[in-house]
Amino acid sequence: MAGSTLVIKNLHVSIEGNEILKGVNLTINGGEFHVIMGPNGTGKSTLASAIMGHPHYEITEGSIHIDGKDVLEMEVDERARAGLFLGMQYPSEISGVTTSDFLRSSINARREEGDEISLMKFIKEMDATLDFLEIDKNMAQRYLNEGFSGGEKKRNEILQLMLLKPEIAILDEIDSGLDIDALKVVSKGINKMRDENFGCLIITHYQRLLNYITPDNVHVMMQGRVVKSGGPELAQRLEAEGYEWIKEELGIEDETVGQNA
Amino acid sequence: MTVETKLPYDKDYIKQFSAERNEPAWMNSLRLEALDQAGSLEMPKPDKTKIGRWNFSRFKHAAKGEVISSLSELPLEIQDLLDQDNLPKNLFIQRNQSVAYASLSDELKDKGVIFTDIFTALTEHEELVKRYYMKDAVSIDEHRLTALHAALMNGGVFVYIPKNLQVEEPIQSIFWQEDPEVALFNHVLVVADEGSSLTYVENYVSQNDEQETISNVITEVIAHDNAKISFGGVDNFAAGTTNYMNRRGVAYHNATIDWALGQMNDGNTVFENETYLVGDGSSSEAKAVVVGRGTQIENFTTKSVHIGLDTHAHILQHGVMKEKATSIFNAIGKIEHGATRANAEQESRVLMLSEKARGDANPILLIDEDDVTAGHAASVGRVDPLQLYYLMSRGISQTEAERLVIHGFLAPVVTKLPIASVRAQLTKLIERKVY
Ligand SMILES: Nc1ncnc2c1ncn2[C@@H]1O[C@H](COP(=O)(O)OP(=O)(O)OP(=O)(O)O)[C@@H](O)[C@H]1O
Ligand SMILES: [Mg+2]
Repeated sequence: MAGSTLVIKNLHVSIEGNEILKGVNLTINGGEFHVIMGPNGTGKSTLASAIMGHPHYEITEGSIHIDGKDVLEMEVDERARAGLFLGMQYPSEISGVTTSDFLRSSINARREEGDEISLMKFIKEMDATLDFLEIDKNMAQRYLNEGFSGGEKKRNEILQLMLLKPEIAILDEIDSGLDIDALKVVSKGINKMRDENFGCLIITHYQRLLNYITPDNVHVMMQGRVVKSGGPELAQRLEAEGYEWIKEELGIEDETVGQNA
Repeated sequence: MTVETKLPYDKDYIKQFSAERNEPAWMNSLRLEALDQAGSLEMPKPDKTKIGRWNFSRFKHAAKGEVISSLSELPLEIQDLLDQDNLPKNLFIQRNQSVAYASLSDELKDKGVIFTDIFTALTEHEELVKRYYMKDAVSIDEHRLTALHAALMNGGVFVYIPKNLQVEEPIQSIFWQEDPEVALFNHVLVVADEGSSLTYVENYVSQNDEQETISNVITEVIAHDNAKISFGGVDNFAAGTTNYMNRRGVAYHNATIDWALGQMNDGNTVFENETYLVGDGSSSEAKAVVVGRGTQIENFTTKSVHIGLDTHAHILQHGVMKEKATSIFNAIGKIEHGATRANAEQESRVLMLSEKARGDANPILLIDEDDVTAGHAASVGRVDPLQLYYLMSRGISQTEAERLVIHGFLAPVVTKLPIASVRAQLTKLIERKVY
């Protein structure tokens, strides 16, 4: 099998003592595009953050492995170097650090000392990707995410994705707040990544993204668990009918994480 | 708290010191009067920092340094201060108290620019120096250290730009304290006559990590009507030097004085940077970066004093404190009665890198006029863990992520330093001090 495999088993995650994830199981293989949908406050970002190692989240039970290696034992930067990438719902702003310097440091962090990317090659790759994503070249010289509009931040996450070429990417609401042109551009970027060595987990609220990106698997999260999985047709049904039918099917009254079925 | 009243050097010593340098009579008596005053004046009282136990008395006063015949003889640390691809045409290097190197382009010389050591200036441009020396900006009797400075002044430089001359090439001074025990009572006097402009940059360097001494530096910067001065400085006295540094500007009608200062001293430091906006329409931007480390204690006061109408000032200071370093940042906007439509803005930010580091930012606005604008922002904090998380999520190590955040934090000031080589050197110094 090509690419990497991310295996999440029985993952329980707490924040400030409150259990948010209550046993998530999920496997993503290279070449696969998975989508997670689900109402607000059901634990989707928590899952993404726990995989990447966000400092506020505590894993109380379960495991995460990439290609057999224990992700929970790794520091955040080691997780990235092991092949993981998280396009964040709310990326940080970093004053005084240009997007371009940050990108070059990120690329070099994955390379051996002495084997850093040459400035020329870096600029060429960055410029080509900026063009591909229809991003103004000046943005690379602006401070990282500082004063970026919502849409610009999302494009910037995709820019990073394309330049860093991770094995497994998690994209948390990469489509939120995008106008229709930006949505097309961002989708184009994600689709460009598609090959048998690249696995992707896309968290979204909207079927409209899935008009551009065809998922292999669709999962629904409620109450801090994956409660239903299916193919692309599941997303279409959710778009048409909402979540009520799933709640009825599973006997869930309140889908947010504080509740239990 | 002990205050030593005994002064380390006496009248006879000063008379002789002055005579050896062929100083004019007025300078000789200025020194002696100042010595008298030093005996009775109080030490300065920087807000929130006790300096009673700092070493201000153990030092050696005089030391010569050798002339260099070529810049390549300089230690690497000092060569780093120079733009090697484009060596400065207007460069002054003081080694201890001797002129080691001095150049000024013929073009500027012909146009009447003066750029010479303070002792030569006292004899060759006596009237000009006398007109400005501790008159418009700093007074001798402000406190004991200003008086001691006047009494014991033992180095410095005089810069004068004639009327309406725009000097494009920067003018750079390097004050190299080679002898580890000698004190630097350095006096820098920069005068831009009406309608002129210049960029001046200075560096202080010493290597006395063990030996104790002091610096007592006074810099007076005068911008006459419509003049524009861009002043950059990087201070890098080693841990053994206790510093009193006072850089003060006076801006007349429509004049501008902009400061970009990198304060990298490793010893205890009292620092003042004040700009008097005397003339209508005068303005100043004062930017400073500080890195504190070890057990050093520092007190920084940046102040704008608004006297003229429509005077604008913006103070921006960013400090990084590591280990057990302690720093107080006072930013003062003082608007005098009658300074209508003055605008005093200020921002002080302190980033602490360790549990034991201390930082304090005090925004102070003293306003005696109604029709004014003033604003302040101050923050003292630690590196944001979510910023580190974001950077690390791209594979960047924690150390490198911290480095990026710290550089980013200091960038608003560092990028404003007027000479590329000094900017690069400050970046290097920051790198060395922070890691
Ligand atoms: N500090 C906290 N204490 C208690 N609950 C918290 C804390 N932080 C987050 N939560 C809760 O965790 C739940 C899951 O949040 P999460 O961000 O994972 O939801 P989400 O599915 O991504 O929602 P959305 O679709 O709105 O982005 C929410 O109900 C949220 O309020
Ligand atoms: Mg979310």
